[in-house]
Amino acid sequence: MSRTNTSKELTGEEISGTKTGLVSELGTLLKSNIRQYAMYITLVAIFIIFDILTNGIFLSSRNISNLILQTGYVAVLAIGMTMILVIRHIDLSVGFIAGFTGAVSALLMKNWGINEWVAILIVLCIGLAIGLYQGSLVAYVKVPAFVVTLAGMFIFRGMLLLVTQKTGSIIVDRKINNGYYSIANGFIPDKILSVPFGLKVHIMTVIVGLVAICLVIFLQMKARRNKRKYDFTVSSTPIFISGLILISIIIMAVVFLLSTYNGLPWTAVIVGVVLFIFNFILNKTALGRYIYGIGGNPEASELSGVNVKQVTMFVFASMSTLAALAGVMYTSRIGTAGPSAGVGFELDAIASAFIGGCAVTGGVGKVTNTIIGALVIMSLTSGFLLMGVDVAYQYIAKGIIFIIAVAFDVVTRRKRA
Amino acid sequence: MNEYILEMKDITKEFPGVKALDNVNFKVRRGEIHCLVGENGAGKSTLMKVLSGVYPHGSYKGDIILNGETQKFRHITDSENAGIGIIYQELALIPELSIYENVFFGHEIRNGITIDWNKTISEAAKVLSKVRLQANLSTQVKNLGVGTQQLVEIAKALSKNVQLLILDEPTAALNEDDSQNLLLLLKELKSQGVTCIMVSHKLKEVNAIADTITVLRDGATICSMDASSQEISEREIIKNMVGREIENIYPKRENVDIGDVCFQIDDWTVEDPEKGRVILENINLNVRKGEIVGLQGLMGAGRTEFALSVFGNVPHYRIKSGKLTLEGKAVSFASPRDAINAGVAYVSEDRKGSGLILIQDIKYNISLANLAKLTRGIAINENQEIVEANAFKDSINIKTPSVQQLVGNLSGGNQQKVQLAKWMYVHPKVLILDEPTRGIDVGAKYEIYTLMNQLVESGMSILMISSELSEILGMSDRLYVMSEGKIAGELSRAEASEEAVMILATKS
Repeated sequence: MSRTNTSKELTGEEISGTKTGLVSELGTLLKSNIRQYAMYITLVAIFIIFDILTNGIFLSSRNISNLILQTGYVAVLAIGMTMILVIRHIDLSVGFIAGFTGAVSALLMKNWGINEWVAILIVLCIGLAIGLYQGSLVAYVKVPAFVVTLAGMFIFRGMLLLVTQKTGSIIVDRKINNGYYSIANGFIPDKILSVPFGLKVHIMTVIVGLVAICLVIFLQMKARRNKRKYDFTVSSTPIFISGLILISIIIMAVVFLLSTYNGLPWTAVIVGVVLFIFNFILNKTALGRYIYGIGGNPEASELSGVNVKQVTMFVFASMSTLAALAGVMYTSRIGTAGPSAGVGFELDAIASAFIGGCAVTGGVGKVTNTIIGALVIMSLTSGFLLMGVDVAYQYIAKGIIFIIAVAFDVVTRRKRA
Repeated sequence: MNEYILEMKDITKEFPGVKALDNVNFKVRRGEIHCLVGENGAGKSTLMKVLSGVYPHGSYKGDIILNGETQKFRHITDSENAGIGIIYQELALIPELSIYENVFFGHEIRNGITIDWNKTISEAAKVLSKVRLQANLSTQVKNLGVGTQQLVEIAKALSKNVQLLILDEPTAALNEDDSQNLLLLLKELKSQGVTCIMVSHKLKEVNAIADTITVLRDGATICSMDASSQEISEREIIKNMVGREIENIYPKRENVDIGDVCFQIDDWTVEDPEKGRVILENINLNVRKGEIVGLQGLMGAGRTEFALSVFGNVPHYRIKSGKLTLEGKAVSFASPRDAINAGVAYVSEDRKGSGLILIQDIKYNISLANLAKLTRGIAINENQEIVEANAFKDSINIKTPSVQQLVGNLSGGNQQKVQLAKWMYVHPKVLILDEPTRGIDVGAKYEIYTLMNQLVESGMSILMISSELSEILGMSDRLYVMSEGKIAGELSRAEASEEAVMILATKS
């Protein structure tokens, strides 16, 4: 593994003489990640189009803040759905699990007077229990997930109705349960500071943003240094640095927008933590390898010593627990738990995961990209709402973008095969 | 009429970055059996795909002349209409449909808009008698053996009035008996005027049947040899295939040092609950340290079932009795994980179906069974993973630009090496190899045999399951022959001969 001519790192000095080297590196980078870039471009295009159509309201700090708050519960569901789709299953029940658990949490607080944090913990446990029940049917009894979760759709819709029918919609009292209310409406504690140009910014939010940027740069540098230590090819310095600058600019832009409104929403923090945990599991741990392995070839995984049943259980349990979390986030956002909560959530979650690049054949999918998928879907919701367009068009637009994304995915995958 | 039914002239087919075919010329005489041989990746399948229209006219350069007319197939149905029938390695039958439905599937005999079932059945009977298939025509195809299914495929092609029948590795999945039958059938079809192109790795069969042998290497025609009048030696064919002489197909082991019994299986009796019958009966078998033990048997003798039942019993058979002893200690494996942890590894016969994860890269596949070794705390050390994968890439010569290459993009031989690397990485005491060289080329075979020798020299024990008699005889220090779920006999290297093995294998 000594350095050879073909696999050495391209340093800045070597590049400067040969401009074509940089161009061709960019070219291969673009080519090998075309699927991912197409998604970013789609998101940016949607942002720009809506911003023009709404005369700049769409990209206002207030709307971006709202967009994040609205996307939260879908993003959480979509993260779980990504894992489900990777292992070649589907979960149709997540919408009504979210609706049901959200309603239970409201009921516990309102009618039973239980502390809001205890109530949240209880419904997360209910979510986990539902996941174990559905997962065991899929993994051990071998009932197709489509059937198990379709049954779940019926069951939890019924349970949601049971919970809400006596009292009607349960309104969450934001005075008593302020913590619960803050989950999807509140912002991190902050101080407003006047800065030049007559702007007022939330300083904590800016600090969090700067810390995030430092963390990203530190982690990227560390990974790169590690790779060098092992003598592996790394991307050339100019490309590496431009990548870091681009990420920093994006983070800073979002943070700046947020800081001029109300600061960083708690929802963003929650989604960030969930994303970090599952991204870590999927990419850095043996469990994550096994999840992708099962999606790629279940027989081969089993013969390689992977306990397919346990991994399937883990994925379904995670999904339903995340659905319960999404239920809490949605109920907090709306402020009431009604009988129609959860309708269609599973569709948004599945569409987000597919737009985010999950393969229809399983085995492929990244939670980080799924978040982008969720943003695409929820931008459509938010944008059409802002424009006051009939909800019917919203569905049609979502469907069209969804099918284009998957068709594009299928075609690019086939070309590479 | 033209002497040649088919002429392919100067065919060049390029894929991004690779020239799969480079000015290939290929001529087939009317009424002959023409064998196309070559290593994996030599371009045989690509050439046949060009011929059958899978790669449409315009995506390659050169001419296809069939019966004196230049053809421009845009689609596989075009070549079918022109009288070319192709039978792939993976059979394309519908398991739930009956024999006669399958024969006319896709070109149903119609009566207006409905299917004329009576005529279908009588026509199916006619064409099935041509392939000498005696079975109830309404049997579902899933209930037939692979050999019989192959016949149904051929009947299906004949029902379309083919003049040129192409068979891609037709005997790869067949046992010796079925293979013999198939070869006889091809000769019979030849006498009825059907021209055949057979792509094959099995040189013995090629020699037995071919009128002409064409060798492809690296996308180019190396030679076309007339085999109808004189016998062409296997060595000659191999020389042309690999471009050099392989002195000995089975490398000699330098220092044979066979130790104590390492892995022992006693009274192994297993029932398949789905079939409701005993599939393995009283198997007694042992492998010594540093020994290669062959396990031979006809298709259906229960060899793979035996390996799977021992290796953590993934198919969930009912193990009625039996004892496993590894290095003197009684062991039992409830899952492959248990077996791996104890030091037993199983290399699957079906590397694409149950061996490898094709959509993942090489390093991922190599480390999959032993991630614990790479895990510090809870995270996998991905850099170390690349280092270890690269070490395998170099030591066992996996031909790839990088270990980040997807396994699905590798040739069969290299995929097999990845499989071996994966199991070497768990450092097993006992390595069970199930058909280790199925469908891979001569050069890669030699490398795998050499590797097996190195492994046993380092003290590993190998149990090699194989259908290929010459391989079993060439590599084993000792061998067992299975027949109908029982051990029919054990032969030492000295006792083992093709005849002795076949007598045991066909014993019932």
